[in-house]
Amino acid sequence: MPTNVDFKALMDLPDELGHFGPYGGRFASETLMSALQDLSELYEKLSKSPEFQKEFDADLAHYVGRPSPLYFAERLTKEVGGARIYLKREDLNHTGAHKINNTIGQALLAKSMGKPRIIAETGAGQHGVASATVAARLGLECVVYMGAEDIRRQALNVYRMKLLGAKVVSVESGTKTLKDALNEAMRDWVTNVDNTFYIIGTAAGPHPYPKLVRDFQAVIGREARQQCLAQAGKLPDALVACVGGGSNAIGLFYPFIPDKNVQMYGVEAGGHGLETGLHAAPLCKGRPGVLHGNRTYLMEDESGQIAGTHSVSAGLDYPGVGPEHAWLKDCGRANYVAINDDEALNAFRDLTRVEGIMPALESSHAIAYGMKLARTMDKDQVLIVNLSGRGDKDIHTVAEIDGIGI
Amino acid sequence: MSRIKSCLQELKVKGRKALIPYITAGDPQPGVTVKLMHALVEAGADIIELGVPFSDPMADGPVIQLACERALVHGVRLVDVLDMVSEFRTTDSVTPVVLMGYLNPVEAIGYETFLERASKAGVDGVLTVDLPPEEAEDFCAGLKRNNLDAVFLLAPTTSEERIKQICDVSSGYVYYVSLKGVTGSASLDVDEVATRLEAIREITDLPVGVGFGIRDDKSAASVAKVADGVIVGSVLVNKIAELASTPDSIPQQVADIIRGMRQAMDA
Ligand SMILES: Cc1ncc(COP(=O)(O)O)c(C=O)c1O
Repeated sequence: MPTNVDFKALMDLPDELGHFGPYGGRFASETLMSALQDLSELYEKLSKSPEFQKEFDADLAHYVGRPSPLYFAERLTKEVGGARIYLKREDLNHTGAHKINNTIGQALLAKSMGKPRIIAETGAGQHGVASATVAARLGLECVVYMGAEDIRRQALNVYRMKLLGAKVVSVESGTKTLKDALNEAMRDWVTNVDNTFYIIGTAAGPHPYPKLVRDFQAVIGREARQQCLAQAGKLPDALVACVGGGSNAIGLFYPFIPDKNVQMYGVEAGGHGLETGLHAAPLCKGRPGVLHGNRTYLMEDESGQIAGTHSVSAGLDYPGVGPEHAWLKDCGRANYVAINDDEALNAFRDLTRVEGIMPALESSHAIAYGMKLARTMDKDQVLIVNLSGRGDKDIHTVAEIDGIGI
Repeated sequence: MSRIKSCLQELKVKGRKALIPYITAGDPQPGVTVKLMHALVEAGADIIELGVPFSDPMADGPVIQLACERALVHGVRLVDVLDMVSEFRTTDSVTPVVLMGYLNPVEAIGYETFLERASKAGVDGVLTVDLPPEEAEDFCAGLKRNNLDAVFLLAPTTSEERIKQICDVSSGYVYYVSLKGVTGSASLDVDEVATRLEAIREITDLPVGVGFGIRDDKSAASVAKVADGVIVGSVLVNKIAELASTPDSIPQQVADIIRGMRQAMDA
């Protein structure tokens, strides 16, 4: 582990080739290298352009409905009996999750590149819906790749995408989940690179994706920081967010990186329990390797084959994680923990019952850890949990577990 | 001089083009691979590209994805592939073998360990699909130390500046990907390939192999007219898949495809 890391300097990452320490980079097949280079150059230019920022901010305000509230969960706080729990309400965004922040940004890039067709991969379907939504708004053709297993468990979102005019392609290869959908989207991109923009849904993939997804999602943390100062009168003591590929977490964390007294907790999917091997927690239990264009922590077997994952939540069911998290972990700036399926399901019920807010199963992992953590903190301390999405899409899954057919 | 270099030089003197079959090691089961390699050589293959199975072969189409899955059912690891090369070398010390695969299995055992063992096993070159030169400095230095050739891909989308950069770190040959797509997708356009090869030849003296989209004798022969090497994969792997339930018939029948291409190329 590197010692004496200057936290402020972490904000300047990645380097020109997309590295966060030893992680990140651009491990892609040659056919895509020039497209990635073009995208990097365009993004470097646009991210410094006030007009681009203005257009992005306007879309976030008028189409997404930002800023999202920072809500003091008073009853939950009382019931837990510890730190004051605030929820960053990304579930209230248009389309119901944080994913839209990123697709708005990437759609602006696609538009300025003049690409008539967008593709996306999706696990829970939230990124697919967010991509189909921006495509509908801009009149672009949209194809979404989704694992066959996820199509089954997120049927509501599949139908939403179709209503929005997207074509949903069922991916039958490998484990039939998010990683396979990503493989298939990459294959499409290699084939149609001239007319297609690939909207990656999380802070992973080859450079510049981890950087630009983080930048588009960092609006979460910037708002939360201001809102917390205004409402609680101080910076939070801790941040909690679930980590699939890591986009909602890095979006919340990034603006707080220099605030060294703000603790950060990324919550991975513990599945049936870390000790069972049936989970999706590469930062807790994996080791560094290369997948999907970047070097990062992975779940793999001894010979480097990517391992199957398990989580009750499709959006966390991924064997890799964004490279910036890998580096924040090694630097000791952020902590990564796991929450099991059962704990997440209990948190889903708790928040619904106590606050009248039904969280996505992904977000329920963050809620569960937030409750655990709050219990160990003082009453005058402040904790922000990123409520990354709403739970409508998961009602089927929860009902099935309850033995109820709907 | 490396085995790859001398093989390609010799062919050049004879006015012939290299025929380079690709197969996935351990497909459909580990026992078939070495026999198949020998049969391919006997049928006229000059260099063998041996695929290392990977769970997430992003640059490959369904045909090679399934080949990886068939091999992985038998737990074929990178070290097992090296053992196959050693076994092949006990009776063939001439035919160059290039390993083709993805980076993660190599990362898992470590660059240095892998390269030393590969060299010892009799591997001649390594092509890692998801390791572009920008990220390959250490890997290339290790290849050099172990007298292994570094084979990189060039694509239709590669700029002239990049072609130069890639050829600077390549040795043995460069692999021109004939089309935008995954392995086994469409058919290639020979005229377009010819134009691109002219541009590549202005930049490098390295031999250029062409792969992706070569599926029959005719396309092999027409690519042989413009390239130094003809790389054939998915057609062979398709045949292997067809014969998976009768593995003993694989070496002969798959080699027959290569024999036909050889004849067409030499005609
Ligand atoms: C509501 C919600 N939260 C979190 C995630 C996980 O993604 P990430 O880690 O990129 O935020 C997803 C992914 O589908 C999601 O839908």
